[in-house]
Amino acid sequence: MNISFDLLINAIISGLLLGGFYAALSLGISISFGMLDIVNIAHPALVILGAYLTWWLNLTFGFDPILGGFLLAPFFFLLGIAIYRIYHDRFEKGGGGDSLRGLAFFFGILFIIEMILILLFGVDYRNVNTPYTDQSMPLGFLSIPYRLLIPFVISVTLLLVIRWALKKTYFGRAVSAVAQDPLALQLMGVNPIKIKGYAFGLSLFTAAIGGAMLIIIQSVQPSIGREYIGLVFAICVLGGMGNLTGTLLGAMILGIAESMTATFAGPSWAPAVSFGLLLLTLIFRPQGILGK
Amino acid sequence: MLKHHIRRQLLVASVAVIGLIGSMGLSHAQSKPPIKIGFGMAETGGLAANGKAAKLAMEIWREETNKKGGLLGRQIEFVSYDDQTNPSLVPGIYTKLLDSDKVDLVVSGYGSNLIAPAMPLVMQRNMAFMTLFGLGVNDKFNYPGYFQIMPNGEKPGEGLTYGFFEAAMQANPKPTTVALVGGDAEYPFVALEGARINAKKFGLKVVYDKTYPLSTTDYAPIVRAIQATNADVVFVASYPPDTIGMVRAANEVGLKTKVFGGPMIGTGFASVKKQLGPLLNGVVGYELYVPEPTIKFQGVEAFLKIYQSRAAKEGVDELGYYLPPFAYAMMEILGQAVEKVGSIDQKKIMDYIHATPFKTVVGDVRFAKNGEWTVGRPLFVQYRGVVGNDVDQFRKPGKTPIIFPKEFKSGDLRSPFEEARKQ
Repeated sequence: MNISFDLLINAIISGLLLGGFYAALSLGISISFGMLDIVNIAHPALVILGAYLTWWLNLTFGFDPILGGFLLAPFFFLLGIAIYRIYHDRFEKGGGGDSLRGLAFFFGILFIIEMILILLFGVDYRNVNTPYTDQSMPLGFLSIPYRLLIPFVISVTLLLVIRWALKKTYFGRAVSAVAQDPLALQLMGVNPIKIKGYAFGLSLFTAAIGGAMLIIIQSVQPSIGREYIGLVFAICVLGGMGNLTGTLLGAMILGIAESMTATFAGPSWAPAVSFGLLLLTLIFRPQGILGK
Repeated sequence: MLKHHIRRQLLVASVAVIGLIGSMGLSHAQSKPPIKIGFGMAETGGLAANGKAAKLAMEIWREETNKKGGLLGRQIEFVSYDDQTNPSLVPGIYTKLLDSDKVDLVVSGYGSNLIAPAMPLVMQRNMAFMTLFGLGVNDKFNYPGYFQIMPNGEKPGEGLTYGFFEAAMQANPKPTTVALVGGDAEYPFVALEGARINAKKFGLKVVYDKTYPLSTTDYAPIVRAIQATNADVVFVASYPPDTIGMVRAANEVGLKTKVFGGPMIGTGFASVKKQLGPLLNGVVGYELYVPEPTIKFQGVEAFLKIYQSRAAKEGVDELGYYLPPFAYAMMEILGQAVEKVGSIDQKKIMDYIHATPFKTVVGDVRFAKNGEWTVGRPLFVQYRGVVGNDVDQFRKPGKTPIIFPKEFKSGDLRSPFEEARKQ
């Protein structure tokens, strides 16, 4: 296929927009898995829960999904604290994490969420319609759909704000510290369990917003979260565990790889190329792109 | 006194005998076991929306038939399990149905992916097997007990896609090139195979022929790549999520082509119609029933009335135009066969279904040797005049004029696509 300039630029832009959205989905995993070493395999299901609740707010009260996502986020934060308390009491307390049982715990949460969604909302695809859903921003030979542009802007902003908070605020530094050395943090007079709870709550906070972004981009049905499990963990590992800048970079790389492959080589090659890049990175840089 | 005593004893004895005879009759009626029909169905997972709608239609048939006395004087009971849209669960489900639950009859779940895994078990036990919307599943098995209710015609892949090409060739000037694209799955794979045969038949040069993973989030790069080929016709074989993605992307990219559409599963669903709304305008889509004046299947409107009254409560497709009438017809055919044969002898049922034309809520159905319809009739419509996202507009004629087949035609093709989608 001839590579035309406008096709190339469109593919790169599409990839960047997609990557931004992937970053929003992966942000919570970067915190829970990358920093806290909690394999929250239910994170994509929680994103879907966020998507459904955003849809419900849109249907019942007419709230824009972005507003809906931010309204839900504090509740998801509290939910995250509650889930972490249970996880800690059952699997972390008493020294060492029982990671296999913990994984089973989160698998259970995943299936429970799916079943609750099916019982409450049925199995049909759900979507939101907004004034900007099917509109595009023309920019010369580019046509940038708002349903990808807006989630991209919000996702990247959210990631950068959280990154700033983790570096500059007291709470953020405590979260970074608990990831490095919980005992040292305890000796400084800070309760590491409480901090981990808040950090886990933060990861679910991002799940609510990720869900709102997802339902702007595409329809959802209860089990669609499973399609993103591999992707979000891959991005977390590719970027470097716990490194949010790495998460953004990893997401962009996978997004662009997917888009370029779909455009020039054939869409069915896209997952192979994306995960091939992940494998290559891990061979030559096992700690991830920006991992230490 | 003695006579009175004897009369009294005789009266008591008579009552006892009558009571005994009556209770024997009653227990005989009660002792007739139900006819158990077993199947797996997608009640969770990606195809659950259709699976649950199909199951509701089958339940309506069961309830109606039981009210009339059941089959062979026996009430009908369903034994069903959720296959979770997971093909790996299907063999286990049908093993349990046949060996443990000992069902009398089996029918399939919904979709090629969930029908094919059941075939070896069904064939091993020589069961008649009515199936629900598999595309070309029996091509390799060649099982005489297989019957398919999807109206694709004797060569399903070609039959399903032939109508689209017939519709597309009505464009002026006549198209000369085609782009083929579909999802990486069984149904689109078979549809694309049929499309290649039909493209050759109609003298169209294939300028793009690729598939995409079903997990694709953004379809715009695919549509742009297709646009770069300047194909006259863009043929898409897709499942509901990717139908939505492709139609959206075609509108966002501003796809310029003469005809855009194909056997895109989902355009027949209320939820997809609701979501896409006016984005559907200009798309040549695939339907199985539309309320156009040229479609008059006996019983379908009465069935849809009952179905639609229960659909909202069940959380399934509120229109029920796509799968439900066919799920109901599938059970009608099975029921009629059992009644006429007079038993649940599987061979006799198979022979009867092969030999008999049926009148159902989806029209006349007759099966060919391979279990497909002898004459296919998928409807290719071109959406037009769709305004907003209200699904009620599709309950009346006009939004989905039928372009092909000729016997049901109710409108002409509008081309090119970029003009047709503005109408």
